[in-house]
Amino acid sequence: MTAGASAIAATAGGSLLPLAILLPALGVLMSLLLGGRRAEWIALGLMPVEFAVAVAIACLVWRSGQPLVYTLAGYTPPLGIALRADGFSAVMLITAGLIAPAAALYARANFATPPETEKRAPLVFWTLLQGIQAALSLVFLGGDLFNLYVGLELLTFAAVPLVSLDGRPETVAAALRYLLFALFGSVFYLLGVALLYGAYGTLDIALLAPLVRPEPAVWLAAGLMTAGLLAKTALFPLHLWLPPAHANAPAAASAVLSGLVVKGSFFLVVRLWFDVLATLPGVIPGTILAALGSAAILSGSVLALRQARLKLLIAYSTVAQIGYLFLMFPLATGPWAADAFSGGIMQALSHAFAKAAMFLSAGLIAESLGHDRIAGLSGAARALPVTFLALGLGGLSLMGLPPSGGFAAKWLLMKASIEAGQWVWAVVMAAGGLLAGGYLYRVLAPALSGESPQLKKAPARSRESVALALALVALLLAFAPPSFFTFLQIGRPAAGVALQ
Amino acid sequence: MTSATLAGLVGAALVGLGLYGLIANPQPLRKILAFNLMGSGIFLVFGIVARKGAAAGLQADPVPQAMVITGIVVAFAASALAVALVLRLFEDTGQATLNPDAWTKPPDGGAGAE
Repeated sequence: MTAGASAIAATAGGSLLPLAILLPALGVLMSLLLGGRRAEWIALGLMPVEFAVAVAIACLVWRSGQPLVYTLAGYTPPLGIALRADGFSAVMLITAGLIAPAAALYARANFATPPETEKRAPLVFWTLLQGIQAALSLVFLGGDLFNLYVGLELLTFAAVPLVSLDGRPETVAAALRYLLFALFGSVFYLLGVALLYGAYGTLDIALLAPLVRPEPAVWLAAGLMTAGLLAKTALFPLHLWLPPAHANAPAAASAVLSGLVVKGSFFLVVRLWFDVLATLPGVIPGTILAALGSAAILSGSVLALRQARLKLLIAYSTVAQIGYLFLMFPLATGPWAADAFSGGIMQALSHAFAKAAMFLSAGLIAESLGHDRIAGLSGAARALPVTFLALGLGGLSLMGLPPSGGFAAKWLLMKASIEAGQWVWAVVMAAGGLLAGGYLYRVLAPALSGESPQLKKAPARSRESVALALALVALLLAFAPPSFFTFLQIGRPAAGVALQ
Repeated sequence: MTSATLAGLVGAALVGLGLYGLIANPQPLRKILAFNLMGSGIFLVFGIVARKGAAAGLQADPVPQAMVITGIVVAFAASALAVALVLRLFEDTGQATLNPDAWTKPPDGGAGAE
């Protein structure tokens, strides 16, 4: 069990954990205080430091083979609040530490602040990007369910205004709809937290986990919290807010929203079912989650096939790809559990990189052609080879073709579902892969044939390279060594048992 | 029926009413009010939870109270953000509705049709 004294006592190197949260939070405050162009410089200056902190945390977790723990002000739970980093949190911190700077580098062209003046949109963008980083770090490291609620809310408040940055009425309506779904999610989550506190008198994950018994209050709390988190993750049927929000945001913001922000609430669903509620019989709730995931895969992919605009197509593909994340839940117990867990996490990582690459490429395509109608893409790949290469490589990972992170994820999940005798998930995954091939073909086939169109302006080489680099990371994930999957298991209750 | 049970039932009723309003009401402002109603119900549940801690020998468990205060701040910030978005939408389109068909029509043709 994780809930020994070791799980609540601070460990060496734990002081890096608050740093991962405080650095971007400090950036937010300084950006607001100093304003103007300095917001951009602060964001770009702090991001490498934050990435270094994430890597240092991962190295310490790797070396000790144990989660890192930090107790705020030295008070141990249940009185104090703990921050914890296990293998999964460390990997997610690094992912956020790579995608946020990529989006920032890409966004410099769109959100440059003119000298001597201050424009609102750039200031808001650079401040909120750092706000998202701070909130994500809090979500990935929080060890207390109420503290995680605060992190989740910060994440929502930083993400919603990014949708409506350009101020068009459709984007404001999309942001409002997103916020209303998110608020529905937060009150449900908070009610679940209240019930768990009422039942056991603590919200620290490590202390709570061994106390949890399958009783009505716990089932009710679990149902409420899961439903709330699903609304924020946009799992079918609570996905209606996502396509307009992600498709209307500026490309750099879409990349962060689709790649990272939805993973924050997904991360908490995993925390909830794998850590807090690990002792509950999880097959029935897991099957419900996977059934919703399957519906998301099929409906999201079919809707993506029918979209007329490239960014909407990519946004619906996010709805579908989120579905795969939930196929790991019914496979959480048994000898195949480690494979299923690794597959789910791999899907989260590869989708984060692939989707960020695709949204950035779609942004470049829209800027270069002046539109993003799929019907008007004929020949565009001849004019924009690097951009379409990034889009296509990202798509390779979404389809799950080797070699890509998406292939590794789907392979692991398929293997686990066949070993577990739950064939239906494997069938859904195969169908989802075919449908993904279909909607990508719709984009790539016309783009690769026909006359090269007139470009409004050629995209900057550096911005194309950012998108391509993200797509390549999504491919490189396919070559993750076995030790990477061992690392993901650090901090799991049954770490190492089911491996091999 | 003890006062704690009564307060718990009232909290549950507030959450239920708020949830109904959030789902059934088409106007964004009413949805925001419904969200606040749900929040109030949950804060009431937290209050009962604090009382339960008191039964275990504590004077009154202060942790849920601290959570309620944090929760109120968060709910206030969320409401402010939502109202700001509704106001902006109303300024730009003349209507505060989430249905895009209502305000994407040409202003002379379909304005005020709602």
